[in-house]
Amino acid sequence: MQRDITVRVDGVARRLTVDTRTTLLDALRERLGVTSPKKGCDHGQCGACTVLSGARRVLSCLTLAVSQDGAEVVTAAGLAAGAAAGDGPPGAAGDGPPGADGGLHPVQRAFVDCDALQCGFCTPGQVVSAVGALDEFARGWPSAVTEGPGTPRLDRAEVAERMSGNLCRCGAYANIVTAVRQAAGASPAARAVTSRPGGPRETDTEVAG
Amino acid sequence: MKPFDYLSPVDAAAAVRSVAGNPGAVFLGGGTNLVDHLKLGVVAPELVVGLAGVLPAEVEELDELDGGGLRIGAGVSNSELAADRRVRERFPVLSQALLSGASGQLRNMATVGGNPLQRTRCAYFQDVTTPCNKREPGSGCSAIGGWTRHHAVLGASEHCIAVHPSDMAVAMAALDARVRVLGPAGERTVPFVGLHRLPGGAPERDTVLEHGELITAIDLPAAPIARRSAYRKVRDRASYAFALVSVAAALDVEDGVIVDARVAFGGVAHAPWRAYRAEEALRGAPASERSYRDAADAELAGARPAEGLDGGNAFKIPLLRRTLAATLRGLAGEGSR
Repeated sequence: MQRDITVRVDGVARRLTVDTRTTLLDALRERLGVTSPKKGCDHGQCGACTVLSGARRVLSCLTLAVSQDGAEVVTAAGLAAGAAAGDGPPGAAGDGPPGADGGLHPVQRAFVDCDALQCGFCTPGQVVSAVGALDEFARGWPSAVTEGPGTPRLDRAEVAERMSGNLCRCGAYANIVTAVRQAAGASPAARAVTSRPGGPRETDTEVAG
Repeated sequence: MKPFDYLSPVDAAAAVRSVAGNPGAVFLGGGTNLVDHLKLGVVAPELVVGLAGVLPAEVEELDELDGGGLRIGAGVSNSELAADRRVRERFPVLSQALLSGASGQLRNMATVGGNPLQRTRCAYFQDVTTPCNKREPGSGCSAIGGWTRHHAVLGASEHCIAVHPSDMAVAMAALDARVRVLGPAGERTVPFVGLHRLPGGAPERDTVLEHGELITAIDLPAAPIARRSAYRKVRDRASYAFALVSVAAALDVEDGVIVDARVAFGGVAHAPWRAYRAEEALRGAPASERSYRDAADAELAGARPAEGLDGGNAFKIPLLRRTLAATLRGLAGEGSR
């Protein structure tokens, strides 16, 4: 059965007709050509499909596209300033114009600096998950390893626990943990998911059902 | 996946009418379990009724109940509830249980109403090529005599040895939570400890809810004892795995004597297991290692491990005994007065 939905993806409104069985992941990859979220296990166990929806990190493989009508979705590709239509989407670094680093988000910059990419298949999910996790951290949300009622410190144990939903078969966790901690300290923008002033330019794309 | 229709109802009453009126209809909360089951072919509904925007989801708007209790809307996410300052202060066992479950992404999706209704992760239940009495009543149980590491040692039957996977539910059971339910005939309240069924001869029914009944909120009654409470989970890896065994406990100790206790177990039964016999043994006993072991023995006297291809799951009994003792030791140490 078909449904018409509108989803803002990386700052661009996209209209499409989907079968009710379509996941957000398949809608992004197969219908909209947004291939940065990866299909790993397709059962919510690996985190490679992680995107931000409504500024929260979620698994697009366990999300029905019909349930995302009207949602604001950000993928790893949309985190960089200037990624979409020359104007950054929510989640973009936002401080200053795209520069020598191509306007990379601080988390993306840190992944490059720390050699946290390895084969790269899980990387977009890791990057989006890190952006979401740093936002949760900035809100003071605890994790299972947070001691006591106070504000958690972003030590290696905290990062590992908060990133545990993203599995890397290259075993590159050491550099990923370092990258996430660097991003947290590098720039307050790394923690801002939705605070970019001024909205992105609207582009309405019709996709045939 | 079989085709299905999808509805976004305007409110909870409309959602209930849509599901109650169609035997092939299901509610969709966070979807973390249902969408997986759609893909696996474990369920094949003809109508999916989405609950986003229908149930109270704002954690800031948790209603205060008399004396420090909380009413939690069923649409609140696991992560928002775990982070709520009131929950962390008044019911730390609940916050810890929520944070020990799944991953950050899944906790953002999962809802308070959906979490208790997630289904067993028994590998045979999820594998539609194998017989399973929970999935297909009367087809047999593949787990009995199979791989039993993750299966029950308490309350199982000859028809099913699956365990309930939720961590949150174990804490809710220990806290005497109450489930508010909206059905075609109106509202009712179910004690959390009575929500889940033991398998008996009908393992296909996980709970006492009827088709079309919707969890709208969970009430946490005031419980001063819960300020000194903890959740301890033992699993095969450090994070993001289901419990082999888990313990939710709250303890009130005065002058070295246990005045009162709340204890529930996870990972060992078809339902979150409220350990009333252990609580009874603890009340009035000295806060000592011996008391903790005696309490575990009182509860586990009726435990029956499953044999299996992997050597069975008898290891869960001493593991649970030690986990209970460690949890209570921690609470007594923190809170001795």
